[in-house]
Amino acid sequence: MKEYRTISKIAGPLVFVEKTEPVGYGELVNLALFDGSIKRGQVLDTSDQLVVVQVFETTAGIGKDTGVRFLGETIKMPVGREMLGRILSGGGKPIDGGPEIVPEKRLDITGAAINPYARASPEEFIQTGISTIDGTNTLVRGQKLPIFSGAGLPHNNIALQIARQAKALGSKEEFAVVFAAMGITKEEANHFMQDFERTGALERAVVFLNLADDPAVERIITPRLALTTAEYLAFDLGMHVLVILTDMTNYCEALRQIGAAREEVPGRRGYPGYMYTDLASIYERAGIIKGKKGSITQFPILTMPGDDITHPIPDLTGYITEGQIVVSRDLHRKGIYPPVNVLPSLSRLMNLGIGKEHTREDHKKVSDQLYAAYAEGNDLRGLVAIVGKDALSERDRMFLEFADLFENRFVRQGYNEDRTIFGTLDLGWDLLSALPVEQLVRIDRDLINKYHPKFRQQDAKAQG
Amino acid sequence: MEIEAKAAKGSGGVLKRIAGPVVTAVNIDAHMYDVVKVGHEELMGEVIKIQGNETIIQVYEDTSGIRPGEPVINTGLSLAVELGPGLLTSIYDGIQRPLSVLVSKMGDFIQRGVSAPGLDHQKKWEFKALVREGDTVLPGSIIGEVQETNIVHRILVPPNVAGGKVKSIRSGSFTIEEVICTLDSGTGLTMMQKWPVRVPRPVTEKMNPTIPLITGQRILDGLFPIAKGGTAAIPGPFGSGKTVTQQQLAKWSDAEIVVYIGCGERGNEMTEVLTEFPELEDPKTGKPLMERTVLIANTSNMPVAAREASVYTGITIAEYFRDMGYDVSLMADSTSRWAEAMREISSRLEEMPGEEGYPAYLAARLSEFYERAGRVKTLSGRDGSVSVIGAVSPPGGDFSEPVTQNTLRIVKVFWALDAKLSQRRHFPAINWLNSYSLYLDTLHDWYDKEVSPEWNVLRAWAMEVLQKEAELQEIVQLVGSDALPEAEQVTIEVARMIREIFLQQNAYDPVDTFCDMSKQYDMMKTIRSFADHAYAAQVAGVTPQQIIGIQSKNDLPQIKFIKDYRPELERIKNAMDSEFTRLRSSV
Ligand SMILES: Nc1ncnc2c1ncn2[C@@H]1O[C@H](COP(=O)(O)OP(=O)(O)OP(=O)(O)O)[C@@H](O)[C@H]1O
Ligand SMILES: [Mg+2]
Repeated sequence: MKEYRTISKIAGPLVFVEKTEPVGYGELVNLALFDGSIKRGQVLDTSDQLVVVQVFETTAGIGKDTGVRFLGETIKMPVGREMLGRILSGGGKPIDGGPEIVPEKRLDITGAAINPYARASPEEFIQTGISTIDGTNTLVRGQKLPIFSGAGLPHNNIALQIARQAKALGSKEEFAVVFAAMGITKEEANHFMQDFERTGALERAVVFLNLADDPAVERIITPRLALTTAEYLAFDLGMHVLVILTDMTNYCEALRQIGAAREEVPGRRGYPGYMYTDLASIYERAGIIKGKKGSITQFPILTMPGDDITHPIPDLTGYITEGQIVVSRDLHRKGIYPPVNVLPSLSRLMNLGIGKEHTREDHKKVSDQLYAAYAEGNDLRGLVAIVGKDALSERDRMFLEFADLFENRFVRQGYNEDRTIFGTLDLGWDLLSALPVEQLVRIDRDLINKYHPKFRQQDAKAQG
Repeated sequence: MEIEAKAAKGSGGVLKRIAGPVVTAVNIDAHMYDVVKVGHEELMGEVIKIQGNETIIQVYEDTSGIRPGEPVINTGLSLAVELGPGLLTSIYDGIQRPLSVLVSKMGDFIQRGVSAPGLDHQKKWEFKALVREGDTVLPGSIIGEVQETNIVHRILVPPNVAGGKVKSIRSGSFTIEEVICTLDSGTGLTMMQKWPVRVPRPVTEKMNPTIPLITGQRILDGLFPIAKGGTAAIPGPFGSGKTVTQQQLAKWSDAEIVVYIGCGERGNEMTEVLTEFPELEDPKTGKPLMERTVLIANTSNMPVAAREASVYTGITIAEYFRDMGYDVSLMADSTSRWAEAMREISSRLEEMPGEEGYPAYLAARLSEFYERAGRVKTLSGRDGSVSVIGAVSPPGGDFSEPVTQNTLRIVKVFWALDAKLSQRRHFPAINWLNSYSLYLDTLHDWYDKEVSPEWNVLRAWAMEVLQKEAELQEIVQLVGSDALPEAEQVTIEVARMIREIFLQQNAYDPVDTFCDMSKQYDMMKTIRSFADHAYAAQVAGVTPQQIIGIQSKNDLPQIKFIKDYRPELERIKNAMDSEFTRLRSSV
């Protein structure tokens, strides 16, 4: 393999190499520094005159004397069952002091798109034990459901609680967690690691850590390494894999940095115009394949800059994922955990995973009714602030009180409280029974007669 | 320079530069939009720019590993689709490769370098000739038919083939490659034709759209109808209901053929369509909906250049069925992803960016696309139509961005989705104050005749109440509802009924998912009759609280979920009458 010493320019994470033999687009590159260390990169642009290489680490130490080798293949990830229980760097090297991983396969990290025709519809209900998810934003196996949060909010605890409690009803299949950290602090990473160790989850986990002080450009490959591993575990070994990616905001910043270094025309707020496509190449790597046992369920976490949901990072994410769980600063200030604001939250696959066959026949309508009532109560809060409670009609006052009830009983729960879906739905009915029955316009009579506490009691009395 | 020198000696073209989906070749004698084969793996691409000896090509597949110096072959053909029996029930990628064939050729993941024809060339179809020897046929004439699914697939003389006298024609079982008809000019016709996707198929004339596309969605048919052959846009932020609305239209609209393009959106959504449609029945024919449907799925993680092509592939297929005399509706979800693909390619070409980085020709491309909609007289003299409904995904939900704005300049119907409504689970989350249909005038007569002479009046009344409510709500926000004059408190209640009973419609309820015009009319009439009673009662001294407290109206939302709703509706109306009578007599 020929080594070139023809670097003509270095700009940010990009290295420009002149006059090479033909080099393939996307090829892996080794850069040998004077001190003997090796850095890795990838070809972004190739012609007979000039090759542009994106380096995955800092370009510190790279100079005209650096030797450049093109490895003739795109980036591959060695994968194997042994990876379970291991901690790797954001670039995929073991950092837990354990042995090198003996690969069973080497896979391209870009990952080909799943043929839509080969996908199976995700419809298996996953119980997370959290009412605001199970009851009103139900997660199903194979879904990609991000957590939209803000700096300083307890999104990590929510993710951990989900990772700990998530189960499919009545299933004992093999599962695994793939955890990819991008640019989070050492402290946050420890929080995750300690919880994994405490609960024994680490044995079933593969951890990739790119921390705040690790090279930013490496973040571009970390989620891809994680998802390549997840695909192997899911579709080769048949496991149900939960992938947690945190923090996607740091990933996007790295993307922006590379775009700027390439002097591309920037899109909204300086992020590259292709960020939608790039993010899709990560998020779409979730799902189920017909005839295969495993599945990939994704929980990306991102912190919304300035708590702004219209910021390009949450915005483009929301356009790709199958809903979002929105963590609210207001609820957090009120001391409510988990501070999930159900109003902007959504699970688009919910309808596939609930109802008679999956959870309970009343699930959809109860959820709709809870939403509608909470939304109305919440609106009225604004009005009360202006006109005072006395100016409200009787009906409005009931909805106003419902909103408080909903937050304090349905939303609020313990970090270790694992509610069953039936418990969650019954709780929903209990809260709804505070409203007059004729206000429950979203629910059919039949269901009201069957599940409404008032009628349930009458039933019981009639029978007793 | 080395490569160019080498190329000059050889016969074919050679790759010079690769940067993602856009590559540069030298020495191919190409025309714009020629299809070329790139590299040793012969990846499919299309010429998008010519500059001296350099030809810029967008490649429909991933270009990783491709090197300068690899060969490039020009096919000299433009990007075209295969049209003929076998289209219906298919699912294609953006360049008409059948996804089912790709699964069998390369497994569950989409690999590159595999070509697959759009139609099955081996399958035999039962062809029935409809013209005889000696008959004269013209471009676009129908020469025979094939029972493809429950849909009759009419076989046409291609519009770009000169007509003539039929020398021979035969009925029987043939593949789409076999000649079934020869003209005296010697031209042999098969059941398949090819058409370049970027060129609109010709028609005799465009006609005025005067018939609504009935969708079974109350807010659409009732307030903001689209005509058959019309154009509509559904912009909205993420999660506001664009896809659900498009899918509802694909399921329930009374088009004869549906082309559904998933352009840069989610894989699971296409799977949902694939699993759901075969099980759903067309309310008109009782046949599986899939049998009238063609799907195009170029999801967000599939190559962007093929995404750019997908809308053209879709509209060409739609036009082809229109040319048989069918009413076709086409959904494109989402046109913003198409525009972004244009932007991505354009920026790689280092073109001067226009607004927000989109190329300067964005507006032109959008209007060319929507112009391909219309109700037409086909070349064979039949009536056919293509209705186009495009979803738009504005960044941050802000409608002032270029794709939304340029689309609104072209389309005649605007269904504005609103996050405030979807967050309240008011679905469809179409904002009744911002949305509009410019077809109301041309469709007026149809509603008069086919629904009721009363309908247009009821519609106007409902819109007026909703407008009025919006004004009153502003006052309520300042002083509370009790401070409103009594008649206006009644208006607020009536508006609530219009919103909650008529406008809200649950796509997931087996009955409410589709609501025909007569039920829509019955519902609106009942609300109107409540309103008339209520205002009269209020004048007679009944208080708004008493009116709001009328019990029987609370049963009204339930009729949405009842299939044979008429008896229950009668019961409610009678109960309402007697409650009002009681209230008035007690004043
Ligand atoms: N008519 C409806 N009836 C019931 N629910 C609906 C309706 N329309 C939308 N929804 C709900 O809203 C969710 C989001 O809708 P949808 O997926 O159509 O959004 P979208 O606008 O296409 O978003 P994106 O731009 O991200 O693709 C659905 O999953 C469903 O829960
Ligand atoms: Mg959508």
